[in-house]
Amino acid sequence: MDLTFSEPELAFRDELRAWFADHSPPPTSEPEADEDAHYRWRRDFQRELAQDGWAAVHWPPEYGGRGATLTQSAIFFEELGRSGAPLPANVLGLLLAGPTIMTWGTPPQKERYLTPILTAEEIWCQGFSEPDAGSDLANVKTRAVKDGDDWVVTGQKVWTSAAQYSKWCMLVARTDTEAAKHKGLTYFLMDMEQEGVQVRPLRQITGESEFNELFIDGARIPDENVLGGVGNGWKVALTTLMNERAGLAFFLQVRMRQTLDHLIAEAAQRDLLDDPIVADRLGELHLKAEVLRLTAYRGLTAIEKYGQPGPEGSLTKWMWSETNQQLTQFAADLLGPTALQAGGRWSYELLRARGNSIEGGTTEVLKNIVAERVLGLPKAR
Amino acid sequence: MDFDLTEDQKEIKNVARELLSARSPWPKVREAAEADAYDAALWQEIVGLGWPGIAVGESHGGQGLGAVELAVLLEELGYACAATPFLATATAAAAIQAGGTDGQRERWLPGLVAGELTAGIGTAELAVDGHGADVIVLVDDDGARLIAGADAETELLRTIDSTRRFATVRGDGEPLNGDVADRGRAAIAAEVVGISQRALEMTLAYVKERKQFGVAVGSFQAVAHRCAQMLLHAESARSTAYYAAWAADAEPSRLPEAAALAAAAGATAAREVPASAIQAHGGIGFTWEADVHWLYKRGEVDRALLGGVKRHHAVLARAAAQRVTVPAG
Repeated sequence: MDLTFSEPELAFRDELRAWFADHSPPPTSEPEADEDAHYRWRRDFQRELAQDGWAAVHWPPEYGGRGATLTQSAIFFEELGRSGAPLPANVLGLLLAGPTIMTWGTPPQKERYLTPILTAEEIWCQGFSEPDAGSDLANVKTRAVKDGDDWVVTGQKVWTSAAQYSKWCMLVARTDTEAAKHKGLTYFLMDMEQEGVQVRPLRQITGESEFNELFIDGARIPDENVLGGVGNGWKVALTTLMNERAGLAFFLQVRMRQTLDHLIAEAAQRDLLDDPIVADRLGELHLKAEVLRLTAYRGLTAIEKYGQPGPEGSLTKWMWSETNQQLTQFAADLLGPTALQAGGRWSYELLRARGNSIEGGTTEVLKNIVAERVLGLPKAR
Repeated sequence: MDFDLTEDQKEIKNVARELLSARSPWPKVREAAEADAYDAALWQEIVGLGWPGIAVGESHGGQGLGAVELAVLLEELGYACAATPFLATATAAAAIQAGGTDGQRERWLPGLVAGELTAGIGTAELAVDGHGADVIVLVDDDGARLIAGADAETELLRTIDSTRRFATVRGDGEPLNGDVADRGRAAIAAEVVGISQRALEMTLAYVKERKQFGVAVGSFQAVAHRCAQMLLHAESARSTAYYAAWAADAEPSRLPEAAALAAAAGATAAREVPASAIQAHGGIGFTWEADVHWLYKRGEVDRALLGGVKRHHAVLARAAAQRVTVPAG
């Protein structure tokens, strides 16, 4: 057992820290009034990262990454979070599309798509969820029908982050209505820039629009843009989903720590730290933030040593969302009406946190997954 | 970064698990607890294996291992809910090894390791195995003291946990150095990991087996989600207890905070996981025969030994605040 970083890990971290120190301090992690300007900044920032080989440290060197270990990848996201910078603009391409294409793509597909992901020349979005296929992904209804050398797609997608900026979409569509639920799906790389694809932003409770609806009506996808074979979409989609949370946990963990530090500073300014009730709650939040960090590291070790996470691996997203909600709610209690002012930081954090227990798997579904896959309980009713 | 037990530590764990499942199954625990006595044969075997001296230096007859190995054994003794004086003996010995003078070590450690002397550890109000012990390690907010049994006034204290003996203790004693109190908390938190794990496993076995409305009750989400929550508490206790044990061995400067983390997460798990186990067992869980109550009782007393969640939260709040720069004004 060794909970310190090795010399190479420390060297990696220090090099990264120096890079962040040298590069333009980020404007702010929260979307400003002008979401598009914020997005452009994130895109430029990713280009700078890519130029110096930092955009996708976990990618193999042959594709422009550094072949980083999982621990180094975790360090990258911790340091990114610490620097105050937001996630790179093409985060879905870097974390999801890239690794999925590396696993399932043909040589020409790898040749065509990977570099523009890295440099943020082409932004990617994820077309999985539908109005009737949220937690139940296999229920996808969007249809793709073969027409000559093309597939013609009709349907609707929802919760599509960054669709308004995206050139490409990881699209899961039904190509066989006769086959069993999981078996009739195919994974496509869909060009977003065409008549048949309409993007409508969804306004969320914070007022901003991170997510969109996609209306797909007769969009055309050439056959060469099938990824992993026709009818193999469920397996390919699982590759994408498995990549979803690996590094992000460390980014989110650091961000939550920063929010907690900010709250402690505000409490200190109001001379509230000696209040035993305040100390009790802050101590508990510190505990939960540390439990998350330590448990995430245990999960990392398990994957590095055994190739798969232990029972702890499925808990971190649940821990994070619950703690972040408790933290932002306590801020509202502690700071009073100042924390509820429209447009203020704490108001934003409070409202945004409501999405934490829904996005990327609701807490209820996560608990079902823990019960069935980790604890071996019978399928839930 | 390698947040996992070493192969040797896993081997210690496996050996302990095997031995205790053979020698200390529930009927043996029940028999001892109902007689208000320890399982003397089991204790002799444990002494023979050298476990009480796991974290005692070889020059004093111990195995010369550390807090992580002690934690691993405590976890397994907690998992078995074994009726032995292991927690007090091994933890007091480790405390004297870590915070005692050469003279104190020389005087107490060889006897404790050999099972010829007995030790108590805890607070003045609640010391496990304190009554009639040859030596007692007492912890309070100011630190830790070592009291020779002859200089202590002890009174037997009957608690809900009859798998072990307790006492109230009065006496001055000699100060022990440094972080003995935190080492003690880390050790108790390690026992809680085992208690939680056992309570979870018993519950899983039961809810997979027990049928109502024609199906296993574990297929109901209300039950399944309770089990998931038990896992979350148990794994939180595990992450922090291993961290504290590691810090005690490798980075003592981190121990005060790590021990508070382990104590706070442990105190929660010690209550919540066995309490959930009783609930998930339904009416059976409330009966003497179901055995989950031994874990609940031991968990509640361990929680008291850990010293209350409020104290740990306050320590943690101070630790967190120390890292934050407060803007002027």
